[in-house]
Amino acid sequence: MSSSPARRRAAATAAAVCALAVALAGCGGTTKKDNDNGGAAKSDAKADPGAPLKKGLKLAFLPKQINNPYEKLIDEAGITAAGEFGGKGKEVGPSDASASSQVSYINTLVQQRQDAILIAANDPNAVCGPLKQAMKKDIKVVAYDSDTAPACRQLFINQASSEEIGRSQVQHLARQLGYKGQIAILSATQNATNQNTWIRFMKDELSKPAYKNMKLVKTVYGDDDDQKSFQETQGLLKAYPELKGIIAPTTVGIAAAARYISGSSYEGKVVLNGLGTPNQMRKYVKDGTVEQFALWDPKKLGYLGSYAAAALASGQITGAEGEKFKAGKLGEYTVGKNGEVILGPPTVFEKSNIDKYHF
Amino acid sequence: MKLRWDTAVGVLLVAVFLTGLGTTDGFAGRDNLAFAFNDIAEVALMALPMTLLVVAGQVDLSVASMLGLSSALTGQLWDAGWAFETIVPIVLLVGVVGGLLNGWLVTRVGLPSLAVTIGTLALYRGLASVVLGSNAITDFPETYAKWAVDTTTVPGTFLTYPVALFIVLAAIAAVVLHATGVGRSLFAIGAQEDAAYFAGIRVKRVKLLLFVVSGLISAFAGVVFTLRYGSARADNGQGFEMLVIASVLLGGVDFDGGKGTLFGAVAGVLLIGVLKNLLTLNDVANEVQVIVTGLLLVASVLTPRLITTVSAWRHRRAAASTS
Repeated sequence: MSSSPARRRAAATAAAVCALAVALAGCGGTTKKDNDNGGAAKSDAKADPGAPLKKGLKLAFLPKQINNPYEKLIDEAGITAAGEFGGKGKEVGPSDASASSQVSYINTLVQQRQDAILIAANDPNAVCGPLKQAMKKDIKVVAYDSDTAPACRQLFINQASSEEIGRSQVQHLARQLGYKGQIAILSATQNATNQNTWIRFMKDELSKPAYKNMKLVKTVYGDDDDQKSFQETQGLLKAYPELKGIIAPTTVGIAAAARYISGSSYEGKVVLNGLGTPNQMRKYVKDGTVEQFALWDPKKLGYLGSYAAAALASGQITGAEGEKFKAGKLGEYTVGKNGEVILGPPTVFEKSNIDKYHF
Repeated sequence: MKLRWDTAVGVLLVAVFLTGLGTTDGFAGRDNLAFAFNDIAEVALMALPMTLLVVAGQVDLSVASMLGLSSALTGQLWDAGWAFETIVPIVLLVGVVGGLLNGWLVTRVGLPSLAVTIGTLALYRGLASVVLGSNAITDFPETYAKWAVDTTTVPGTFLTYPVALFIVLAAIAAVVLHATGVGRSLFAIGAQEDAAYFAGIRVKRVKLLLFVVSGLISAFAGVVFTLRYGSARADNGQGFEMLVIASVLLGGVDFDGGKGTLFGAVAGVLLIGVLKNLLTLNDVANEVQVIVTGLLLVASVLTPRLITTVSAWRHRRAAASTS
């Protein structure tokens, strides 16, 4: 076989590519240090707090994924809210939650001349370019549930402040334990930004004198995987026989931990608290494995998002810090730093109220 | 009178396009057209070598994984402070090496390309995850990003630069496939590999070259994708291999090899892109879009067979009635 010409050609190609690389590198070139993108979205527009909400506003909700039940709940509440102020809401979105899948939807919403786009971003940056385009065409952009880069939206509707989530978790568990005993944390992944922020506030709260008889012995990671969270709980309880309480600030983690504890000898001896959804946890609350847990109410989140978008589109606010707007029956809200609007403290679910929630 | 499937797809594309112009607000806008075509730029680019591969009876399922690996590598090197001008040739070289591995396993070890590239599909995606993990690297230089986004168009047109480049490459691919000896040898290999070999075609060399080009273009598509979205991730372009192959088959290129036109493949890619844009603009749910694309694909594979079967049956009947 005459393989030598092929080989020669391949070698020549490789050499050419390398030479090109060296030549280009030699010219200096653009590196990350030369780059500076950032800053929150700014608007030259003036806010007119007295302006009435416009009628017939078109709002579009763009969830991470169209069949995500949690986000569907948010979006439906938002669409209902739009009806309250004479607007029209709709939900569109991709069937997969990949980084780029939302982009074509943003573009088409711009072409359809929606008044506002509400987005739960799959990737804070992949959606940035088209959202900036939308804002340039005077379409208001509100992120909810999962933020975009701050420069790419006017508002971010945050479920609850990270500080409040972190501290309240410790406060709730401490009350259940009588401020005594060893505790552990079962988190999601080791590099989950929101989880780690919460954990930082938990540790800070624990350093206060009121908690001097409580000790955080370990933080384990279940990677938001049911199986792994289950095993981590098992390991934790084996390794620390004196363990009195677990905080699982992840819906996957808390459900897996509850499943393990409910069938084991630890039932009734270890207190489990954290963040979970009522549907996943109902069983364990009813059988007494878990006394209480918390999460924000997604319906309120959608409701607030809808009113915030309408306030933006009506010119009541521009997204600057300190501006105030009314969110229907939820009352008045103030725009915080970086365009953040915080829904409020998380809702605590227990036997007495869990049947009112279905998500 | 025999309507060829690729012509039919071309006609369908024009029909869908005209429907959009006539019925849908915003479709005819320059911004939307620029976006609609740019949105499928990477798929379109990868469809070119794929067309040549399928004509030669081969397939490369690893293209989207190579896109992901290239994106991850671009991101990681950029994050490490390398110059973008250095990163691109390195990434392209990785594409060439990936293509060589595919080609080598097919031609030297003698494995079927379907099996080989199912393996490298996993391998390259795995490597992408090793390179970048679940991180996303952002903040790519505006100087380069602007060439990939749909807001920068070739002056006076709605064509973005990735699309303009695609047109040039498609023209080259069309000439190679339909007007050169290499092109004829691809058809020959696809139709009857042994016969092609005995006719003096250097089958292995041609196949190796095709896989290398496929790897190279996929790596390049990875850079375009990364700049276009401004986000380098290991999972970028996940599932695109299906879209690429579906477009090529939709364009009437025979999966068994030996038959097809580049015009058809290009019409197939554009049809999928324009249709997706038009359906999204009209708020057609994603599930329905997937079904429409699926039906089109089934039709594209089925129709030519049906035509052949029906005409064969007619011939037989005509022959029977005259005898």
